[in-house]
Amino acid sequence: MIWNDDFETLPREALESLQLKRLQQTVEKVYAAVPFYQKSFDNCGIKPADIKSLNDLQKLPFTLKQDMRDSYPYGLFAVPLEQIVRIHASSGTTGKPTVVGYSRRDIDNWTELMARSFAAAGTDRGDIIHNAYGYGLFTGGLGAHYGAERVGASVIPMSGGNTKKQLMIMQDFGSTVLTCTPSYSLYLAEVAAEEGIDIRKLKLKVGILGAEPWSEKMRQEIEAKLNIKAIDIYGLSEILGPGVGIECIEAQNGLHIWEDHFIPEIINPETGEVLPDGEKGELVITTITKEGIPLIRYRTRDITRLIKEPCICGRTHARIERLSGRSDDMLIIRGVNVFPSQIESVLFNIEGVEPHYQLIVERDGNLDTLEVQVEVNEQTFSDEIKILQGLSNKIKKDIKDLLGVTCKVRLVEPKTITRSEGKAKRVIDNRQKES
Amino acid sequence: MKVEQISIFIENKSGRLAEVTGVLGENSINIRALSLADTSDFGILRLIVDDSEKALKVLREQQFTVSITHVIGVAVSDSPGGLTTILQILDKNNVNVEYMYAFVERSGDNAVIIFRFDDIDEAISALSKNGVKILPSKRITTI
Repeated sequence: MIWNDDFETLPREALESLQLKRLQQTVEKVYAAVPFYQKSFDNCGIKPADIKSLNDLQKLPFTLKQDMRDSYPYGLFAVPLEQIVRIHASSGTTGKPTVVGYSRRDIDNWTELMARSFAAAGTDRGDIIHNAYGYGLFTGGLGAHYGAERVGASVIPMSGGNTKKQLMIMQDFGSTVLTCTPSYSLYLAEVAAEEGIDIRKLKLKVGILGAEPWSEKMRQEIEAKLNIKAIDIYGLSEILGPGVGIECIEAQNGLHIWEDHFIPEIINPETGEVLPDGEKGELVITTITKEGIPLIRYRTRDITRLIKEPCICGRTHARIERLSGRSDDMLIIRGVNVFPSQIESVLFNIEGVEPHYQLIVERDGNLDTLEVQVEVNEQTFSDEIKILQGLSNKIKKDIKDLLGVTCKVRLVEPKTITRSEGKAKRVIDNRQKES
Repeated sequence: MKVEQISIFIENKSGRLAEVTGVLGENSINIRALSLADTSDFGILRLIVDDSEKALKVLREQQFTVSITHVIGVAVSDSPGGLTTILQILDKNNVNVEYMYAFVERSGDNAVIIFRFDDIDEAISALSKNGVKILPSKRITTI
């Protein structure tokens, strides 16, 4: 279902002229109201009036996560605090949290975009939405909550944690839609199995999953284990929170970015150059309706590509391909770029192996070492050493074939890798950071 | 004739073995024979117990990864060359021994050896035809 037909199916030409108008307004506003932008535009010799077409966006400087940290907490706000009605902060997975403020209109727009997202995932007022995203500074819980209410569904504000109770509520309240991280959905399935609950038989039909990168294989696993459609949702607190983009249930192929509110670009992360349509690189987003903290060309660190071909669902907004990783999560092992999601895809391709893994990186002298810990289960376990060694050799070889990195594989006992109730912690990097 | 053997995955961590034997002890399960195969990272503990069904249940409850395999117990004459005779029979019949381990206690005058084969039925038939005594499962778990 399409929530806002007028905007979601706007012909490209009209959409782009709306984008240009909103971009020009945003650029003028930040130049006048945010000293950081005035200075950075001046440094590049750019005035707001120079933005005459969407292509001129490329002339503007980037905004980095570090710029947000440097202006901690309110330095990038474009309106006085009296007009800010909500303050969130990023989960701070990679350093000090970044602070974002929302005006009343920002909250209203966010709610609209989350409502569009729920509708795109096939959710309507008849649904019971089990919202297991964390409520608090993290944008996931409240963002999903407001959108679900606007759709008219019944929202259960579960927040994260307390997994057994989540399962009880899911059974008793008849939840039909689950919102949480993909890794938590698998954890729910695992605990359900331990508790003797057949999670496949519950009323759940859709999972709206995001806040961490996940693979297509993991989607298949979630869909099979929970008997639901697993929909990928994209967002980041700096830009909005959840609801920057989502897959439509019709295609489940790429996430529509709500282009009447954001302009996506793909750049070469090393040179900063904008890449031709369809090429893979870092996603850069400019907000064009935000009041509290508008961001110009924010570097998301997320690696993806833009799909501009029309989608079967009828929406005209461009899609981004499922994320292949966050460049912050990228490990460099002996000079080779390694994304945890690549290791995950190797494991998923081996029959019987569970998606519970952890990467331990150490430095031995001048050499980086990568250890991949994988849980053994009753399907992969054997009474014969050679079969288990065969399994670990296969994992090792497949990783080497795919990534060109030699690693050590350690088989560990089931359920010894810590389960996360929020974002999964896949990497333990014990190398000393050189500052 | 086939004996149920329980195998348990054990990480190389101190105290892990004691946890397995502890669980069995608390549930009054008696270990009849055992062997531990190990690598640098993990080990596989193989056990013959007096009540394998119960052992499987309580170990699974404690989150151990376990499996059941069928093995056989063979009475081997406790004299020089006793084992060789048996291995030669197996060799002639192209049956591979995956691993084997000995019982501590004897059965009458014989030593008892547990064998895990790639093809257990072929092994049973080859050994029986050649007059090797395969011990009944009941007999093994109550030695």
